[in-house]
Amino acid sequence: MARITTAAQRRRKEIATAYMLLAPALLVMLVFTVYPVLRSVFLSMTKYRMGMEAPEWIWFSNFQRLAGNSTFWKVMRNTVAFALMTVIPSMVLGLGLAMLVNREGRHIGFIRTAYFYPSVMPMIAIASIWMFIYMAGNGLFDQMLIKLGGQSMNVLSDKDKVLPAMAVMYVWREAGYLMVFFLSGLQSINGDVLEAASIDGATGWKTFRHITLPLLAPTTLFVSTVAFTNCFKLADHVIIMTEGAPNNASTLLLYYIYQQGFTNMNYGVSSALTVIMLAMLLVVSLPRFFSEDRKIHYA
Amino acid sequence: MKEFNIRKVLSLLVTVCSICLGVIWLIPLVWLVGTALTETSFHMTLLPTTPFTFENIKYVWNAIPFAQYYINTLTLVVVTFAIQFFTSTLAGYAMAFYNFPGQALIFVIIFMQIIIPNDVLIIPNFMTLSEMGLIDSKLGVMFPFLGSAMAIFLLRQHFKTVPRAFGEAARIDGANLWQTIWRVYMPCAKPAYMSFAVISVSYHWNNYLWPLIVTKSPTNRTLTVGLAIFAKSKEADMQWANVCAATLIIIAPLLLAFFVMQKQFMNSFVSAGVKE
Repeated sequence: MARITTAAQRRRKEIATAYMLLAPALLVMLVFTVYPVLRSVFLSMTKYRMGMEAPEWIWFSNFQRLAGNSTFWKVMRNTVAFALMTVIPSMVLGLGLAMLVNREGRHIGFIRTAYFYPSVMPMIAIASIWMFIYMAGNGLFDQMLIKLGGQSMNVLSDKDKVLPAMAVMYVWREAGYLMVFFLSGLQSINGDVLEAASIDGATGWKTFRHITLPLLAPTTLFVSTVAFTNCFKLADHVIIMTEGAPNNASTLLLYYIYQQGFTNMNYGVSSALTVIMLAMLLVVSLPRFFSEDRKIHYA
Repeated sequence: MKEFNIRKVLSLLVTVCSICLGVIWLIPLVWLVGTALTETSFHMTLLPTTPFTFENIKYVWNAIPFAQYYINTLTLVVVTFAIQFFTSTLAGYAMAFYNFPGQALIFVIIFMQIIIPNDVLIIPNFMTLSEMGLIDSKLGVMFPFLGSAMAIFLLRQHFKTVPRAFGEAARIDGANLWQTIWRVYMPCAKPAYMSFAVISVSYHWNNYLWPLIVTKSPTNRTLTVGLAIFAKSKEADMQWANVCAATLIIIAPLLLAFFVMQKQFMNSFVSAGVKE
């Protein structure tokens, strides 16, 4: 009897110790990750603006109003278009760069550094530089066009060219970042498999298509989640370069959330937009839930 | 012999290709450094045409309270990492070696933080912070990051690879829980701590949106917020030499650290898999 009590006591002590160790980190995560998600869901169903005493419950009216708002649809179109213009090109380029630098050699370290360095620069520093690169007339980009016989484009003020221009900048930044994941994936492929294929007479393209690419599938799935998530959370460069101009042609979802919350002080609508963003993040993260054990492969 | 030649040509082609792309990738940096360190010209050129000077750097250093912003950013980066180091070690240890009710739920919370970037939650987190009275404080800028799911997960994975016998031997020798973590598990997880340090420091050095919203006064503003204010001010309009100088001032420390330890940086991002 006494022994059973000690075992139960020991178990209780173990649980208490575990929670004591977890407490500091868990408290911060509850307050700044779990609570804000719940709060956004709650506020998204309320009318709540600057100056109101308390939020007023209105069910799904915020979402209904957004559904009938042309600016909202423009922002969603921009966000999806920007994702399509950046995610796939930066992944393809990232894989290409990884294959170029998947070698040993004295210069390889230097070349990898050249591809990766934009990832250690803040987005606002990149935006400040590229704003001048894209400057009308005198900017490096327009000068290059003029030299090639074209004419000045002033891309950042053109409603059809502003997103592609920002996409080029972002692909330049992101490709090197995604490269390192592909590089680690390539290096984990067993060399014997490739050798066996080459003995069997498989040529470069065939080896790539039927061996390398399938073996890289888990990496590719993981990288696509990272690429979409990184792309959705972009707002810094919009604040610096255009503030959504011309006429919201460059407004992305997170920038719209920021604007609705901090410029228009409309917390109900900005919370509804936050909920939409959370849903998008959940969708692009789904591959992670189904392949979570593979994380060990990256760690 | 012919096969050998084709291989050689192919390998040369890959080298040439990768160098050409590398040069293209470096263009913005070359232009930035060249423009920041030469006299102002009225015509933008890829490579500098005017003499070398420190005047632009000197000008912006005095025009913006950069010294103050440097101290602020350094304080934020160091204190955030120190606290994360402590909280994540304890939580990572608990997640690695204890079984307790609610553990699955805590994994859900960890994955929640991994898939939701902090910037997305600016609206509700700003409300919470203002209810706590922490707007425009350094603690307010750091608070949401003091429990890092990425670090907990990374450390948990590393702690689990340490043979159990090591920990048990320490306990038999009379070490208590803290001593076991400090003397046995932390030294074994050094690579994980390095990765986590690299990611935490680069994230907080470069972070912009959250400090922009939280800070109001120069005593709390970070370098990134200072740069943005300058880049958007009237005096920066068309003054690319000055904006480049200001940009160079804020990116230089991290960029130099990266150039020196490029392998460590790249491995860190891979091993953590996420930017916090």
